[in-house]
Amino acid sequence: MGFLDIDNATKSYGAVEVLHKVDIAVEEGEFLVLVGPSGCGKSTLLNMIAGLEEITSGEIRIKDNVMNGVHPSKRNIAMVFQSYALYPNMSVGQNITFGLEMHGTPKEDRDAALKDVSKLLQIEQLLDRKPGQLSGGQRQRVAMGRALVRNPDVFLFDEPLSNLDAKLRVDMRTEIKKLHQKLGTTIVYVTHDQIEALTLSTRIAVMNGGYVQQLGTPKEIYDNPANLFVATFMGSPSMNLMDVKVRANGNAIFAETTNDAGDAISLTFANPSEELKAHDGNTITLGIRPEAITDPDGADRGSSHVETVENSVMVTEPAGSDTFVTTTLGGTECIARLRADADVQPGQRVPFAINMEKAVAFDPKTEARIN
Amino acid sequence: MAVASSDTAIRTGRITRTFLYLVLILFALFYMLPLYVMLVNSVKPLSEITGGGMMSLPQVWTLEPWSKAWNSAQIGVEPTGLAPYFWNSIKMVVPAVAISTVLGALNGYVLTKWRFKYDTILFGLMLFACFIPFQIVLIPMARILGELGLAGSTAGLVLVHVVYGIGFSTLYFRNYYAAFPTELVRAAQIDGAGFFQIFWRILLPSSGPITVVCVIWQFTNIWNDFLFGASFASGGGAPMTVALNNLVQSSTGVKEYNVHFAGAILAALPTLLVYIVAGRYFVRGLMAGSVKG
Repeated sequence: MGFLDIDNATKSYGAVEVLHKVDIAVEEGEFLVLVGPSGCGKSTLLNMIAGLEEITSGEIRIKDNVMNGVHPSKRNIAMVFQSYALYPNMSVGQNITFGLEMHGTPKEDRDAALKDVSKLLQIEQLLDRKPGQLSGGQRQRVAMGRALVRNPDVFLFDEPLSNLDAKLRVDMRTEIKKLHQKLGTTIVYVTHDQIEALTLSTRIAVMNGGYVQQLGTPKEIYDNPANLFVATFMGSPSMNLMDVKVRANGNAIFAETTNDAGDAISLTFANPSEELKAHDGNTITLGIRPEAITDPDGADRGSSHVETVENSVMVTEPAGSDTFVTTTLGGTECIARLRADADVQPGQRVPFAINMEKAVAFDPKTEARIN
Repeated sequence: MAVASSDTAIRTGRITRTFLYLVLILFALFYMLPLYVMLVNSVKPLSEITGGGMMSLPQVWTLEPWSKAWNSAQIGVEPTGLAPYFWNSIKMVVPAVAISTVLGALNGYVLTKWRFKYDTILFGLMLFACFIPFQIVLIPMARILGELGLAGSTAGLVLVHVVYGIGFSTLYFRNYYAAFPTELVRAAQIDGAGFFQIFWRILLPSSGPITVVCVIWQFTNIWNDFLFGASFASGGGAPMTVALNNLVQSSTGVKEYNVHFAGAILAALPTLLVYIVAGRYFVRGLMAGSVKG
């Protein structure tokens, strides 16, 4: 029993099922991020929690009360919209207290709540302005103020940062995280930005095609993606995938592939599972994150299995904090993440250190991870 | 080279511009000619008009035709002037415009923010009101007004104009609200506002431009309507347009053209006033409604 239970929730429009038996239990104080590409059903799920869309089958419960068919205003939730949805004809103060007014809160209590919230969000000097006179970041704060003032059980955020410019987006991200740590509220947050998902959440639900592909902590999602979709969707640049042949030699399991010169190389798996051993002789998809392919000096010293492979550099992309290098492994292009001051030039042959502890294997047929 | 060519560009620009202004001024004068004739003839004695000086300025200026048209001209059988009929028109126009605008706004709100099955078909059917010629509904409408006991009354005329006006006002507001962000309505729902609270507190305060468009349109149409007024209002209850007709078409006595001109201007004044006061918003509102729809 969680604080917010999504129990086999399904949504269909006519004969088309867009959400398939979604099952998520959110604990009190959790920051759950629903992440996925456009059309994966994440916003639909959020609207179902809010009560803006009906649930076709299954149940949504908040504090063990079934919410199916309950009006949005009676669910004790608050929502921050992508466009902020501030009422253009009302001042900031009226915007924030409108919900309280509609719920019949007396004027003195409304004013007190407005004072607290505007102090918390540092928007005290803006209360008499109209939304049209505010900047993007200020509107964002007002929209959060409108949600906070209600003191709801669950906060719902629908891509709240996507209308901001890059720098402000990073600032507001930190701001939201601070607010969550300070207030300890339960938040469900929808985004298509995997960085937002990883940085903000305590748990992530990666969605695609109306299914929850994986539900887990950011670390679980990033290090042990459940399938190829999660592996490629989360992380930027995305995980390198290459077809390799599995070869068992006693207890050691090797992934056999080629370098860019066509010479055979074999990489030893760090902790091969029984399931992986069973794939002896098969071709599997090997996934290695860019940061697990690096220059030998920058390799993780704590790792037990670092393989060094000589390969040539195709392209270098200095990104300030790191240098991204494109090379070829097993016939496919790979991105390696080197230290910022790594001295490599296109065309050079340099050693790359591959951290096999971080490598994951996928079954190319089912696209699921081989545990 | 560059200097020389820009020089010629400016010169040709000046010539074209002069030509353009000339043409525009010519057209403006042409369009204003009827107004000139009306104004000039409404302030001269009848003898000057019948003497053949219709285009010339008055030799003797007088406001007597205006006061006669307003106060004492023969309308039908009574020498009442147009004044009582002017108030008849006001009593008909104000409620008819107000009711049809509010209903149109409500319809637009429902058709865009509370969508239901077949709502576009319903909207399409409502649009027929914009295209059905007035003459077709005369007889059925007369029958309905009779059944409702509203025949020959101002209330009956108000009903007719409201029914006819809803088509247009719904069209205006639906198109305007289609561009109104639905997220605002959803936010208000979560905030706990009900159907009418959302309408009054969120939508209507943001509907200024389209309300002006709707009011101007309805006001002009209803004020200028002659057919319904002539068909459904009797004698002393007739609106301004019908009274003006009775004034001009009277078959007895001398044709007082100067009084007729003054009466015609009096009948047109309210719509002119509405345009002057709110015309600025009219264009703006039309644009706002046309962006999305």
